[in-house]
Amino acid sequence: MQESATRPLNIVVLVKHVPDAQFDRHLTGPGHTLDRAESILSELDEYALEAALQLAEARGGESAGNRVTALAMGPAAAVNAVKKSLQIGAYAGVHLTDDALAGSDAAGTSLALAAAVRALEETQGPVDLVITGMASTDGETSLVPAQLAERLQLAQVTFASELAVADVDGAAVVTARRDGDSFTETVDAPLPALVSVTDQANNPRYPNFKGIMAAKKKPVTVLTLADIGVDPAQVGQDGAWTAVAASAPRPPRSQGTVITDDGTAGVQLVEYLAAQKLI
Amino acid sequence: MASVLVFLDVPALPLPRAARELLTLAGTVGTPVVAAARRVDPAMLDALASHGAVKVYEPAGELDAVLVAAKAAFLADAAKTEQPDAILLGNSFEDREIAARTGIKLGSGVITDAVAVAPDLAVTKSVLAGSYTSTCRVRTGTPVITVKANSVEPAPADPAAAAPQLVEVPLSDAGPAARVTGRSGKRVSGRPELAEARVIVAGGRGMDGNFGPVEELADLLGGAVGASRAATDAGWIEHSAQVGQTGKTVSPQLYISAGISGAIQQKAGMQTAKVIVAVNKDADAPVFEIADFGIVGDVFSVLPQAAEEIRKRRA
Repeated sequence: MQESATRPLNIVVLVKHVPDAQFDRHLTGPGHTLDRAESILSELDEYALEAALQLAEARGGESAGNRVTALAMGPAAAVNAVKKSLQIGAYAGVHLTDDALAGSDAAGTSLALAAAVRALEETQGPVDLVITGMASTDGETSLVPAQLAERLQLAQVTFASELAVADVDGAAVVTARRDGDSFTETVDAPLPALVSVTDQANNPRYPNFKGIMAAKKKPVTVLTLADIGVDPAQVGQDGAWTAVAASAPRPPRSQGTVITDDGTAGVQLVEYLAAQKLI
Repeated sequence: MASVLVFLDVPALPLPRAARELLTLAGTVGTPVVAAARRVDPAMLDALASHGAVKVYEPAGELDAVLVAAKAAFLADAAKTEQPDAILLGNSFEDREIAARTGIKLGSGVITDAVAVAPDLAVTKSVLAGSYTSTCRVRTGTPVITVKANSVEPAPADPAAAAPQLVEVPLSDAGPAARVTGRSGKRVSGRPELAEARVIVAGGRGMDGNFGPVEELADLLGGAVGASRAATDAGWIEHSAQVGQTGKTVSPQLYISAGISGAIQQKAGMQTAKVIVAVNKDADAPVFEIADFGIVGDVFSVLPQAAEEIRKRRA
């Protein structure tokens, strides 16, 4: 197999505006939804953006016709995730926002994101790759990437710790390494594909002054449900296929006994385990 | 009684604890029916029967060559035939992806990270890295639920159970899919899987590159070895051992934390453990705030002494 002349890639990176996991996080309101004050670009999405930028740069970057579009769905403040992505290096941004999206579950989120990707394709041609982080740091269900792949009928490569795109006999193929518990595997998939990358995939770049200034000139497209042709009844809390009936903070773990090693702590540890019937 | 379809990868006998837990849970909600991702031989069929399965769906051919797409297509096809009241899977990354895609194929809601499923299909799960517990319901379609390991006590086998009906599911087109082109096995440790282990001994920065005492204690307790991100990033142990927000979330009966400060990243992965024991030199380490039993001391003297004491008691 020989590499032929490379063609530019059209890459969409999904980015999410999430509450900073460094602080306490709370579920509020009748829908038991997450309080989104103190939000940031999800740390895990920075690896997805970096992977996209590296793939595009390997093919000559923006001037060679490659596209790296950061797509965020969420309320007004979620545009900050798009802006941060532009500062880091994304070429363009899309903010999908609509009041009717509030409280969407994975099914509704993947429906809206799939429609947004299709809407992008109408203006800029077929998307080759949708890249996501390994999980969001808030909902943590990890359902959305797989559901998006299913809805868009994309080949799905999740948890890539290494990623490359090669042109094989005129067709672009994505290759990836996945590190499992008991084995490491290499996989390949035809484009278009959905890829999620782990925090081992690369070292994300930081926005520099030049990037921050340049970001101000980059386009951010705002899309509503009407723009992407999604019926508001299919998304949001009312359109969700799952519902949260109740939520409660887990009682904080109370501090137990703390001893200082007097030379017998190992023995005391075993005595404790025996008393708890753990050995 | 309505059926509950349990998706299993059925790798080998004896049936793993995680599979027995799912079958036990299915039996509390309805009649367990299995969708096995590979061909089922008579010995496996017997084992599934002894844990309550009354019917087993198997694919008409090999599903292995592509990632989750083919398994999701198989599970959705089995569900369309069976029309169960609910579908249960494990909670591994792969299980969750299969659940996600099956949910879209069936137009059914998916709930992950379940720790309990009531007979009325109300699902209890822990969210926000274990800091909240919520009760959820699927409102649309057949509930697809992924259940965390160690959520139920598996029922003992009933060797007298009748042979289940075996139903072949024709292979359907899974759509575009990633193909596995190579696989290299890692060193087989003989230790349990981290996500399913009843006991985990985990080491962090304080192990200073030497995981020997952690591994020794884990092996004596029949447990798995875990690690903080600091330890895996330093290359002291493989990344798959990482417990925490960007690693695995675990809920073992016993979690022994050695030389780990217990910052929020790590806590997120282990604070739902039943009993937490912490050993750390630094009396101010945050891990002591959540430990049931804490020892301020040197991991290199406390861990070997504990291992020695266990050997002495067993001798």
